[in-house]
Amino acid sequence: MAQRLFTTLIFMTICIAPYLAAGPSRAQSVIADLSEHFVGITADFTGAKILFFGTVTGPGKLVVVISGPAKDITVGHKVQRAGIWINDENVTFKNTPSFYRVLSSEPLDEWLPLDTRETKQIGVEYLKLESTKAIGRAKAADYRAALVRNMQKKKYYGKAEGQLKLLGGGLFRADIFLPSNVPTGDYTIKTYLVSFGRVTHMEVTPLNINKTGIGAEIYRVAHQHGALYGVAAIIIAVLAGLGGNAIFRKS
Amino acid sequence: MAARTTESVNLYLPIAEMSVNIFLLLGMGAGVGMLSGIFGVGGGFLMTPLLIFLGIPPAVAVGTEANQIIASSVSGVFAHWRRGNVDFKMGSILLVGGIVGSTFGVFLFQYLRSLGHIDLVIMLSYVIFLGVIGSLMLTESIRAMQRRKRPGSLRKLHQHNFLHGLPFKMRFRRSKLYISALLPLMIGFIVGILSAIMGVGGGFVMVPAMIYLLGMPTAVVVGTSLYQIIFVTANATFLQATLNQTVDIVLALLLMIGAVIGAQFGTQVGAKLRGEQLRGLLALIVLSVCAKILYDLVVTPDDIYFLSHGSGGH
Repeated sequence: MAQRLFTTLIFMTICIAPYLAAGPSRAQSVIADLSEHFVGITADFTGAKILFFGTVTGPGKLVVVISGPAKDITVGHKVQRAGIWINDENVTFKNTPSFYRVLSSEPLDEWLPLDTRETKQIGVEYLKLESTKAIGRAKAADYRAALVRNMQKKKYYGKAEGQLKLLGGGLFRADIFLPSNVPTGDYTIKTYLVSFGRVTHMEVTPLNINKTGIGAEIYRVAHQHGALYGVAAIIIAVLAGLGGNAIFRKS
Repeated sequence: MAARTTESVNLYLPIAEMSVNIFLLLGMGAGVGMLSGIFGVGGGFLMTPLLIFLGIPPAVAVGTEANQIIASSVSGVFAHWRRGNVDFKMGSILLVGGIVGSTFGVFLFQYLRSLGHIDLVIMLSYVIFLGVIGSLMLTESIRAMQRRKRPGSLRKLHQHNFLHGLPFKMRFRRSKLYISALLPLMIGFIVGILSAIMGVGGGFVMVPAMIYLLGMPTAVVVGTSLYQIIFVTANATFLQATLNQTVDIVLALLLMIGAVIGAQFGTQVGAKLRGEQLRGLLALIVLSVCAKILYDLVVTPDDIYFLSHGSGGH
């Protein structure tokens, strides 16, 4: 790990050297990158840690927003009828990030103006969530809070800002933790440079998380050749039963 | 979940899309497999709720469980077949009804889902069927145990009622029965519907139906039930894989390995127990699962809002 970090730092220095030398024409800029742009989910995947790093020139503070592929997410609600809890209503939110984290070097509440947070959707409270059907304000707020709360419980959304470390000389780095149930697909990592409450620069770094190896193959066959997969599953089950029987008959 | 803390024994399931502890699944498979060997039930009524408690999406739990039951039933049926305890004729007639019933059940499932409340229908059917069958079996087996203590009393092989007046009578030599073929056909059909809706092999309904409605001897019931469950769950696996892509082969394989081993021990244990003890024990297990599901329906949830399963899926 230490060696990897060292290599990364050298790589970073080489990358950013020309920008540092470029002078005032690039007075405010951010360069950011990841230790890997592809995270493969293999059979032994139990979560991953990737390194996010970069350099910033010019005044201002940094805030990083990591969002996973947008999906329609449905929040259900239960009521008690005749002693039994039953599903009563549900609200679907369109294009909601399936994964969401914010990184910052200092607590956002202390320095980032609300209007910036709102327009750039920085922080779970500021996510623009649009429901597929028209519902009242109070109800929308309840369902919205429930979505965030439940997504946080499943570790899809972060509870607080993650730590972005400033290393001096404009260098910054952060570890991004991906849980074992991390959604698959294309992620975007947006790094905002904010000076005097205004976003002066934004850098987008892509990240792809997907299944790889035998797990990916199984998933692909299951979804593209369902009938074949079903027959294979039956054959495997019959063989497992026969195999177990043969082993135990001998003993 | 504790399973995520121990890294070396975890496996990522490709269809369920989560990481689980290998030994936990093997152990669950062995435990449920043992029950299936003892009682001739697939164990789905126990395994499906257990998988859901683990955090496996319910649709994947139901689809995968059907697949796993094939393995434990194949393994179990041979042990019974060697003892001559499978009535293939009776099993095949139950099977015809079962295949038609489970196919009909899959479409009924889709219809109920379009109306909403499918989860409630599933849970309530669990509570009702497990509750009724469990209580009936428990009272019957207690009565049988008491009867055994009184010497000289003879038990009639089975009761005669209007069901025995139906046409298309057939002789079932292994079961020592001469009854209408319509009766097992009907039972197979109804159990088939249940198995599709509840995601189980249906053994826990089939076994008592064979004993109390058909009047089959307990010794033949278990093997015959396993025999027909193989085909009903194979049908369900195929339909689930093609229609919903909810069969996780990796999860199923782990459960199978445990279950096949467990079923072998179960068959040996089952051979040592008397019929009424066997039924009394199964009744207690059935009733405790029923109580647990009922408790979950009644107790106030931690959060009355929840993320719908399958939302944001692929």
